[in-house]
Amino acid sequence: MLNHKRRSFLTASAATTLSAAAFGLIGAIPGRSLAMGMSGARDVDILNVALGLEHEAINAYQLGAQSGLLQKPVLDAAVLFQSHHKGHRDALMATIEKLGGRPVAEKPMAEYARALNAGAIKSQEDILNLAVRLELGASNAYLGVIPSFQDANLAKVAARLAADETMHWTALSGVLGRQLPGAPLSFGA
Amino acid sequence: MRRSALALSASAFLIVASAACATAQAADPERGRALYESRCSGCHSIDQDRIGPRHRGVVGRKAGAVAGFEYSPALRASRIVWDAKTLDAWLANPERLIPGQRMNYSVPDGADRAALIAYLEANSGP
Repeated sequence: MLNHKRRSFLTASAATTLSAAAFGLIGAIPGRSLAMGMSGARDVDILNVALGLEHEAINAYQLGAQSGLLQKPVLDAAVLFQSHHKGHRDALMATIEKLGGRPVAEKPMAEYARALNAGAIKSQEDILNLAVRLELGASNAYLGVIPSFQDANLAKVAARLAADETMHWTALSGVLGRQLPGAPLSFGA
Repeated sequence: MRRSALALSASAFLIVASAACATAQAADPERGRALYESRCSGCHSIDQDRIGPRHRGVVGRKAGAVAGFEYSPALRASRIVWDAKTLDAWLANPERLIPGQRMNYSVPDGADRAALIAYLEANSGP
């Protein structure tokens, strides 16, 4: 079962069809014209930065799984979280294209491995520490760009993405035995 | 009446004094490191280009000058050199400083910006 799941995870190709999440996101922008004005161009830029984050997150979980260091049930959680990030990627790509933009391309995995210093990973805990750092950064990045969106529907989408990343951060922090923040409003700002 | 004026002056002094204390604490690079980890590390790291460019040596560097990083045309064309003042303006409102930039992430609190800049300055040596 473990091997089957891991094999499926490792061999999953980039989605060629849009996920239900992608259609849901597009549906949140009724009547959006393909013509892109100045404000639309800025929104597309923000969405492309978000897409870059999602590409990196997908590859980070892939690197973790390929390392062979993740054990159940952590591996199952990684599979689930990677699938969330793939859903985010599909939704963002569809929205960028709908707005008339060009989605930023995924880089080769070797580039993500270098950027994330994957060579230093020696244990499951190392992977979890990397993942928890990336999830926190992503959550705060999404929260931080909300005021910059011209389209309020896209701001809402960013908040929903931030909620997913925060869910991942919370679960991973629990596995690492970290305390939850003692103060309120610890995300964003 | 005089007593109220004195009380008001004392309150004003306390506010000014605590603001000065807050600024001194905020410029602590160690606090800046923690802020960097939570706010910036989604896209940036000190030594590697990721979604955003690497930050080591940013203070004193011309904007858009990390070799190999794909900047927005707006940032590449800007003539800004990063120092405490330009970094503060950038973090406060990147679009106001360089219209057409792609970061679109701001740090509204001045004390947080000061701490982040202190951290970046501490990592701008050779």
